[in-house]
Amino acid sequence: MSASPGKHIRTPLARVRGLGAARSGTVQFWRQRLTAVANIPLTIAVVVIIILLLGRNQAAVAQILGSPLVAIIMLLFIASTTTHMRIGMQVIIEDYVHDEIAKLVLIMANTFFAIAVALAAAYGILKLSFGL
Amino acid sequence: MAEIKAPAARPLSPHLQIYRPMLTMMMSIVHRITGFGLYFGTLLLVWWLIAAASPGAYSRYEWFASSIIGRLILFGYTWALIHHMLGGIRHLIWDTGRGFGPAEREWLVAANLIGSIAITVVLWVVGLLAMG
Repeated sequence: MSASPGKHIRTPLARVRGLGAARSGTVQFWRQRLTAVANIPLTIAVVVIIILLLGRNQAAVAQILGSPLVAIIMLLFIASTTTHMRIGMQVIIEDYVHDEIAKLVLIMANTFFAIAVALAAAYGILKLSFGL
Repeated sequence: MAEIKAPAARPLSPHLQIYRPMLTMMMSIVHRITGFGLYFGTLLLVWWLIAAASPGAYSRYEWFASSIIGRLILFGYTWALIHHMLGGIRHLIWDTGRGFGPAEREWLVAANLIGSIAITVVLWVVGLLAMG
């Protein structure tokens, strides 16, 4: 494609053959599976935490959510799920939005949303933990 | 003079409507829809955490969570979460190249659907009992 005819007699495939995989380009594929695996125990833990908190008043909920083990599990859950959902939504956008500008805008908005959700949730947990 | 002919009606690549709906296909679509829903459902998690960290705001969250609409949304959120998690486990099994046989794949998607409904109902029964 990029090489002009005449300069290279070998085909692009022949030039890269034998150089090995680039070990890149599958970052999102791999990260989606990595976070999927992490999400399983973290989701189970968070469901248990939520059930234990049901029916308790704000003071009790705040105290339990701010305790070290619960807070750390919640922070890991948020980090893993927001990474997972950002990649997942990007795949949906890439599948259905074909206009280049709209696609770029949505992928940017997706990133902003995922980071905003992650930081807002982490802020809530840290505020409970450090009692500001 | 050559006659200008309209371009031949070439076959297009088949899309969803051409296939007979199958359980595996429907569950693939449901996996994406539940993921899409969970993405926006994270806003509820953020609301809950921020409300827990701000004593005055928690009563508003409790009012929402105990309303009929709130309960319906949270029930749907629970099911989407469990369904997407079980669906994710199914995809991780498929990622290893296992479970693609005609009987196995049908069994996996059926277990996914039945499992998600059963677990959601059990979680809600436990949760409602815990609330008293």
